[in-house]
Amino acid sequence: MLRYFLTRLAGAVPTLFIIVTLAFFLIRAAPGGPFDQEQTLPPEIMANLQRAYGLDQPMWTQYGRYLAAVLHGDFGPSFKYKDFSVTELIGQGFPVTFELGSIAMALALILGVPIGTFAALHHNRAADYAAMSLAVVGIAIPSFVVLPFLGLLFGIYLHWLPVAGWEPGSIRHLALPVVALALAPLSVIARLVRASMLEVLRSHFIRTAFAKGLPLHTVLVRHALRPALLPVASYLPPAVASIMTGSLVVESIAGLPGIGRYMVQGALNRDYTLVMGMVIIYSTLLIVMGLLVDLLYAWLDPRVRFER
Amino acid sequence: MSTLIDDAARRLRANPAAMCALVVISSIVALTLIGPWFNPNGSETLDWSHVASQPAWAGAHWFGTDRLGRDLFARTLDGARISLAVGLVASAVSLLVGIGYGAVSGYIGGRTDHVMMRGIEILSGLPLVFFIIFLTVIFGRSVYLLFLSIGAVGWLTMARIVRGQTLSIRQREFIEAAVASGAGTARIIARHVIPNVIGPVVVYATLTVPQIIMFESFLSFLGLGIQEPHASLGALIAEGAGEMEAAPWILLVPGGLLALLLLALNILGDGLRDALDVKER
Repeated sequence: MLRYFLTRLAGAVPTLFIIVTLAFFLIRAAPGGPFDQEQTLPPEIMANLQRAYGLDQPMWTQYGRYLAAVLHGDFGPSFKYKDFSVTELIGQGFPVTFELGSIAMALALILGVPIGTFAALHHNRAADYAAMSLAVVGIAIPSFVVLPFLGLLFGIYLHWLPVAGWEPGSIRHLALPVVALALAPLSVIARLVRASMLEVLRSHFIRTAFAKGLPLHTVLVRHALRPALLPVASYLPPAVASIMTGSLVVESIAGLPGIGRYMVQGALNRDYTLVMGMVIIYSTLLIVMGLLVDLLYAWLDPRVRFER
Repeated sequence: MSTLIDDAARRLRANPAAMCALVVISSIVALTLIGPWFNPNGSETLDWSHVASQPAWAGAHWFGTDRLGRDLFARTLDGARISLAVGLVASAVSLLVGIGYGAVSGYIGGRTDHVMMRGIEILSGLPLVFFIIFLTVIFGRSVYLLFLSIGAVGWLTMARIVRGQTLSIRQREFIEAAVASGAGTARIIARHVIPNVIGPVVVYATLTVPQIIMFESFLSFLGLGIQEPHASLGALIAEGAGEMEAAPWILLVPGGLLALLLLALNILGDGLRDALDVKER
């Protein structure tokens, strides 16, 4: 078990390395540089800037230096946000993005699993059809349409919630973005749980559990839930990825000071170090998610063994 | 084969939701094609007497105008046409690449198959969306790049499906007959394998159309899609989201159309999948 986990962890290192390498050379292959402005800078100043940031060095030297710095936890200075290091920028924005994303994920799980179970229990009846129709809507309509619509309804017409903006610790400001982000994964989870629950409920051990005279909720919680959650576990990494990409637009619509905006802005500004920092943060998160899901699998299905 | 398609068509016709969706989609497509003929306003004409005006009969701005006095009905239809085109072309790209890759991997099998499938696994583990954002930012916002890059993401699932279909077809007698008659591997794949997997796979490709339209709108929303004066639905929604307090219709018209289109495409896709019962792998 531990050995398997360590092997997987070791396997993640080359993946991350490939991603970092690709991103490093791709962004530098782009035309233009971080110090391009409307007015061209005098060549001496440009040369000084380039030297200060180490951009005058050969590409391979830059690459080597960057890798060495990252391994020491230093993502370098931002080229566009003067006086800020990438670590500071991401350190300030990340808690907001993380709060938004994790609440959305939690909401999707907390509502999606019961809705899916409920639909399965009412298979082919009105409740099932209602839940699954809503799920199609949730899957079909992207967050960047849902959020403005919610803002219009609850913010501008009903005045219940703020349309945009951010106050530390304010749940009200997070409510609409969280709902917009959670809707798609929630719907997918409800569908997955419904399908797997239908299958599980037909199996022999569930019939045995009912035959023993156990009440419905005991059968569901103690027997049916775990195996029915397996497909949800394998959906978690794509769900996290979709929440991450969704947060790029949701943060900008809702005016949240997260790190979402740095990805596109950074790439447009040729802010090499900032973009690299973002790529590293997001890829690491995804890879860690994949590892956690493996562990979750072992817990959900004891038949899963980690021998190779 | 033909009975398979007939059966599927019959099951699809028995599905009222899918048929409704089909009607909605056809209407939207028809509207994008013939709408401009009825609308006296062009999508790029600036009407300075109606700037950000509400939906009204006056000036024939049925869905209102945006901040520059451009007719929203015309612009939304323009955007929908672009979104649909991107959805179809990028799906076709992913279909082509996916069929080639999946058929080769599934037919040759063994180590080659193992390596090729491992490649797909690695690729689907990468945060591809970020690389596409990268590519579009770096290499400019050309339409072709948009098609290619979006298609490049879609082909992964497609290749898996084609491989699954190929694996079962490889066992059939007509393949054996082809091998016995001395046909080369490339010829067998092109002449015998692909024609036999293509039916269900093309239908399955319709499932990717809404995903691709959604993704293109996402890029346009970020300002990385098609450029002005053209705008796909995503860009129109981004514009509308900024104006929603003063002029909500600028958001509601394109947003509503995109929502309706994606919903209908998803329902139709689900119906097709149920009718054909295509399984991944």
